[in-house]
Amino acid sequence: MTQSQTDPAPRRAAPGAPLLQVEDLHVEFRQRSGVVNAVNGISYSLAEGQTLAILGESGSGKSVSAQAIMGILDVPPAVVSGAIRFEGRDMLTMSAEDQRQVRGPGISMIFQDALSSLNPVYSVGWQIGEMFRVHQGASRKEAKKKAVELMDRVRIPAAAKRVDDYPHQFSGGMRQRVMIAMAIALDPRILIADEPTTALDVTVQAQVMDLLKDLQRETGMGLILITHDLGVVNEVADDVAVMYAGRIVERGTVDDVFTDAGHPYTEGLMNSVPQLEAKGGRLQPIVGQPPNLAAIPSGCPFHPRCARRRLGAEAAPGRECSTDVPPLRLVAPGREAACHYSEEVLGVRAV
Amino acid sequence: MSEPSESSRPTGATAASAASAAPDSASARGPLGETLLEIRGLQKHFPLTQGVLFKRTIGHVRAVDGVNMTLRRGETVGLVGESGCGKSTVSKLLVALEKPTGGSILYKGKDLAAMSGRALKEYRREVQIIFQDPYSSLNPRMTVGDIVAEGWSVHSDVAPRKDRLKRTQELLDRVGLNPDYVNRYPHQFSGGQRQRIGIARALALRPEVIVCDEPVSALDVSVQAQVVNLLEDLQDEFGLSYLFIAHDLSVVRHISDRVSVMYLGSIVEEGTDEQVYATPSHPYTQALLSSVPLHEPHLRGQKDRILLQGDVPSPADPPSGCRFRTRCWKAQDICATEAPALVDRGQGHPAACHFAEARAVVPVDVD
Repeated sequence: MTQSQTDPAPRRAAPGAPLLQVEDLHVEFRQRSGVVNAVNGISYSLAEGQTLAILGESGSGKSVSAQAIMGILDVPPAVVSGAIRFEGRDMLTMSAEDQRQVRGPGISMIFQDALSSLNPVYSVGWQIGEMFRVHQGASRKEAKKKAVELMDRVRIPAAAKRVDDYPHQFSGGMRQRVMIAMAIALDPRILIADEPTTALDVTVQAQVMDLLKDLQRETGMGLILITHDLGVVNEVADDVAVMYAGRIVERGTVDDVFTDAGHPYTEGLMNSVPQLEAKGGRLQPIVGQPPNLAAIPSGCPFHPRCARRRLGAEAAPGRECSTDVPPLRLVAPGREAACHYSEEVLGVRAV
Repeated sequence: MSEPSESSRPTGATAASAASAAPDSASARGPLGETLLEIRGLQKHFPLTQGVLFKRTIGHVRAVDGVNMTLRRGETVGLVGESGCGKSTVSKLLVALEKPTGGSILYKGKDLAAMSGRALKEYRREVQIIFQDPYSSLNPRMTVGDIVAEGWSVHSDVAPRKDRLKRTQELLDRVGLNPDYVNRYPHQFSGGQRQRIGIARALALRPEVIVCDEPVSALDVSVQAQVVNLLEDLQDEFGLSYLFIAHDLSVVRHISDRVSVMYLGSIVEEGTDEQVYATPSHPYTQALLSSVPLHEPHLRGQKDRILLQGDVPSPADPPSGCRFRTRCWKAQDICATEAPALVDRGQGHPAACHFAEARAVVPVDVD
């Protein structure tokens, strides 16, 4: 599972040193109707060549946390606190100009909806070339030449011919490749991919995920993959952080977490997904709906939907699910989960 | 914003009465297995026009081009395919929102194209649809109660006027919504709850067939499973037949008795879920199945990887012969000249490929 970390990929930092450290990140949106707590204290780190998947459903805060790292949230209404250290420097306290220097060569991002992320009135070659013109002061001609090279690298057929085409002339998969070309143009150390294949068909999704993995192997960049798709996480990522209501509720290697969940939410997700390889019995969904981020339940945010919750006298002292917030704690070697009764969840699905 | 929370099961007190509210129970209908819908050579071509004042037709988009399918009472037929393959056009043709260019839809032996007046009205009541997007398919200015009851203003014989409120509440209860929410508006509900409203609306007219056009694609995984279970329960209770259209191959396998795979306007393979998933015989089905990421770590890397090159050709200018030949690794000269028929070539179920050959792509879960 850690094979990509031991790959002889090109390295630029001291081995083992995390590229990115997110510490106690909070994001809230102050609105007239109240405060929406989108991200509530998440911490993680990412090393070179590592692929970390952030798994969660809509409204879990997974995209907002990534936008906070990129510094593309509008402040206000968003309020970001905590620390985001890129190579040891806190991006939240940096000047806007320094932040801009990090975005592009340091961290870059691709989005779910490639069509609305591209400018319809400029050719794709111009938009890819903009990275070189703005960040490196390249001439138009140089920028276009490099754009063609990049389009080749992301396997867009007949790149030299298509460089002057506009976004609407590309298919969904090809547009996402254009986005990837822009994101890797300045050889970033970290690529954040926010649901990169959600809008794509499965056959195209497989092509795009393969491309991302190949690019990562070539460059040794760290990859943060934000998705709700358990299958994509399993096939692409080394480690996974499961988010619920703005918190990380479980973290570990994909093998560990997906083989034997340590949080009832992860367990519920695994039981909700039908299998491809067998018809399977009745699905076991999680009851209820994900919480409203303006009114997150007290205690463990998952307790209203949890089949394993212990309330009142059933609970151990200090571990009452509706009043005591469970911390993200070590529950097994290399495994963290934010559940008071994680030990009872572990081992249930053991294969 | 208030977010009403719901359990997925009806409350015990009203569950019994709900059964009498919605469609007749299965026993009151015809025998299970009886053919309800038969689609033969169905075609829908949309004209491509040029010019503003004087429109000239410069070609046709062959959205649906020769689809054959059969739907029997009480069964679920899955229709899978990628975006643009024409599966949603099939659903619109089935509920008579579009008129076919060619071919026929036979419902209980009668041709839909020949229906008019009372027969067409009855067909439209008996064949209902659930749409993909629970956000845009519900009128934001109507209350949930009005949305569910709207069909009765046309089909007034289904529910006597004085019973309508009670029936609406029973329907809401049956689909797992609080019956007290009849006066709420769609924006007060989450995506999964809205999809339940859409299901209650379809059930209100006591349909025989429900066309489910990507009913769970817009929902989160945990909520998706709730809706899939609800659809299965309703089918058992009311003897409904589903045409389940989706691009998620795992969900389709889970819910379907038989599966048809569609590519660029026509069916390339059909069979039981076991036949299509365990022994896919058309290269496209094989590629499609091999692209689905599996979520079990112990199955990782055990799949037969087939990466398709290129994109789906335009349905305005489909390739000659076999539609899939431009992306197929088996293509030979005959594929460009002769369109393969959807027949069994010895692999146990029909596939539209000259070189059809069963090949296990998905690993078998041994534990």
